[in-house]
Amino acid sequence: MVTINDYEGGETAWCPGCGNFQILEALKRGLVNLKLEPHQVLFVSGIGQAGKLPHYLKSNLFNGLHGRSLPVATGAKIANHELTVIAIDGDGGGYGEGCNHLIHAIRRNINLTYLVHNNQVYGLTKGQTSPTSEKGFITKTTPEGNFLQPLNPIALAISLGATFVARGYSARISHLTKLIEEGIKHEGFALIDVLQPCVSFNRLKTYKWYNKRVYDLNEDKEYDTSDKTVAFSKAQEWGEKIPIGIIYTSEKSSYEKQISALKTAPLIKQKYSMAKMKQIIDGFVQ
Amino acid sequence: MDFSFLIGGEAGQGIQSTGQILAKTLAKGGFNVFASQDFESRIRGGHNFFRIRASNKPIHAISEEINLIIALNEETITRHKSELKKNGLIIHDSGESPRILHPSPSFWIPFEELAIKKAGNKIMRNTVALGATLCLIKLDLEILTNVLRRVFADKGIEVVSKNIQAALAGFNYVKEHFSGTLNPYFPAKKESQLMLANGAESVALGALASDCKFMSGYPMTPSSGILHYFAGKSVDMNVVFEHAEDEIAALNMAIGASYAGARAMTATSGGGFSLMVEALSLAGMTETPVVIVLGQRPGPATGLPTRTEQSELDFAIYAGHGFFPRAVFAPSTPEECFYLTVKAFNIADKYQIPVIVLTDQLLADSYSTSSAFDPAKIEIDRGEFLSKSDLGAIGKYTYQRHQYTSSGVSPRAIPGNPYALVVTDSDEHTQAGHITESAETRTKMVQKRLKKLKGLRKEIEVPRGYGPKEASTVLISWGSTYGAMREAVDALNTPKEKVRMIHLSEIWPFPRESLAQQLKETKEIVVIESNATGQMAHLIKAETGISATKSILKFDGRPITSTYITRNFLEEAEN
Repeated sequence: MVTINDYEGGETAWCPGCGNFQILEALKRGLVNLKLEPHQVLFVSGIGQAGKLPHYLKSNLFNGLHGRSLPVATGAKIANHELTVIAIDGDGGGYGEGCNHLIHAIRRNINLTYLVHNNQVYGLTKGQTSPTSEKGFITKTTPEGNFLQPLNPIALAISLGATFVARGYSARISHLTKLIEEGIKHEGFALIDVLQPCVSFNRLKTYKWYNKRVYDLNEDKEYDTSDKTVAFSKAQEWGEKIPIGIIYTSEKSSYEKQISALKTAPLIKQKYSMAKMKQIIDGFVQ
Repeated sequence: MDFSFLIGGEAGQGIQSTGQILAKTLAKGGFNVFASQDFESRIRGGHNFFRIRASNKPIHAISEEINLIIALNEETITRHKSELKKNGLIIHDSGESPRILHPSPSFWIPFEELAIKKAGNKIMRNTVALGATLCLIKLDLEILTNVLRRVFADKGIEVVSKNIQAALAGFNYVKEHFSGTLNPYFPAKKESQLMLANGAESVALGALASDCKFMSGYPMTPSSGILHYFAGKSVDMNVVFEHAEDEIAALNMAIGASYAGARAMTATSGGGFSLMVEALSLAGMTETPVVIVLGQRPGPATGLPTRTEQSELDFAIYAGHGFFPRAVFAPSTPEECFYLTVKAFNIADKYQIPVIVLTDQLLADSYSTSSAFDPAKIEIDRGEFLSKSDLGAIGKYTYQRHQYTSSGVSPRAIPGNPYALVVTDSDEHTQAGHITESAETRTKMVQKRLKKLKGLRKEIEVPRGYGPKEASTVLISWGSTYGAMREAVDALNTPKEKVRMIHLSEIWPFPRESLAQQLKETKEIVVIESNATGQMAHLIKAETGISATKSILKFDGRPITSTYITRNFLEEAEN
């Protein structure tokens, strides 16, 4: 029986009070609740404070390049769809450097869980503006304040017809644990945007700021996650009240379910046929 | 007997498929065939042509002189008239009536009218031209009709029979109306077992025969043919092709699939490879085997998209930040595309490194006959893997992906097995694969990765020699210029003058000792390559200290031919 101890990893290098500790805790609990053992799980992460997370627990890990976790995770999932694959980035990697991959991973609806630690600031490179920073945010790269409109990942994902779109808040560990479990169980691409305070570089979005504003959307039993119009309007809600929970779901066949080669077994278990190969080459002779 | 054809027309007129059918027919007739394509970066209009050379002797390149021009438009005649050999012929149906004739030697055949009359569709006019051609070279029409049956089998019996009628109409028209002479007689050898494939198809076949399970890619000339062929066989062979959103994703996906245990590759051209460079370095750092085909075309930037050049040798060898071992192979023929792709996979797995297969437009789009590729000859070497019982024996979850070893190669494990966690990182990492900043570990890890070079160097074949050993003049070529060089060396060797050639297909790690050995006691070294700066000449100098006497270069986007080499060699000699 898998326990939380099985997932205990090495020493962390995050700032004290960082929201990442809570996300790490939620992840471990979610994996244990789903009875997944460390070797059944593959984490793929990029570069940034979020990308370090899988080093601090036990599992398979490919920690790749900044912004490129999704294509590596996609390749690995296609090669062995029996693995539970979780990709992790921050808002810089996920919504900046790698945003093109996010768009196409949603279109592909490949069965991955994508966790984006969204603290609206660059942490590892020490406090520059990020794709989700609000307008006017003064940083070392935006001394006159950020001129750019923040990217809305929830609205973006819904507009692309994503099949699972959720938002968590790091300080609500039990709630986030549930979202992670639902995301992993979902047959298709699951985006979980996680609001997370950065105690070193974002003095605006503090725990206090979020605690006053977030509310669990799914507590309203009338809320229908399959209603795209309602979900899209909820995605715009930001400021005095910020919804968290499962915001949108839709039914679509996952990418790997549609590929002929993966119908009978994972790709890595398919046997090479020399007879078929010879037949193909014969076609060039006759 | 050595005979060259040129089929010319606009983009959209079916020049490529017509050329392929004629090339296949000649190969099936028992001849050695070499064919190359020249096309513009457009879908309609412009001027495209397909050259085919057929001979009963081994041939290695196209010929600049043409015996028969099959002109599907007027422009083909004006453009290529001067390339016609003495006693050559142009067949065409340009002009409004037979009275409007081109100066001799040309022969008017109403391709379109016959197609409409005999096959009910003017689209069959190319097939009329093929039938006419078969009559002119006195090759058995049945060989062509058999090829038509196979090529159009998927399109149904009606398309097949109309094509056959069109071919017959062309054949009969020549039989009845042509009174001139065209020398050749192509005596068919019915049971030819030669295969005819182009470079792109041969790379894809090599990948399939290597048990490559996953290919990702973003279309880019001249490598799209590899993607198309592999994707087309994915259902048959139980493999996956993924059309990635960009080249960055393409290589990262291949790395992900390879990490998870599947042999994986991607194929692109220079622009796409530029986007892949960061991931190339990632493969080096995470020690993930991967094969990357870099199909060269003239740059910089978009350059001449549909044409050829050998200007990415330096790029292939040095691309990527930080140092990591790699191998670079540049096959010379479609046949070598097949076997070197197989070797690329084996080397990638054995040393857990990225391997680059350097082709170019000339090679990707050129067809040549060879004996059939033999999958039974291939040995698939996946390198060192720990089995479940090995992993169980070392203790649950104690496996270290980047363990120090004397060879520098750490045995792999497949993620998902119950005994091991497979951890790797693009950051410098510990033996267990976790991020570290330890100076000691960093030093050891750099040394571990470097150690692989020792074994890797031994895998590189001695450069191939050809021509009289006593010749003190050596011509050096690499990659796709092999065929033109072979023919140039044959042409240049006379009782008075002796030259030999050395050809490099396995280029990196550079075979410095074996090449230096071969160049001992050489008076003159001429390096022939399709680029403007002589990259191979520089590489030879950097790796062996030996300077080339001169370089023969070409960088107009068109292939180097044997006559180009002999002309430049002799002119230089005279000066």
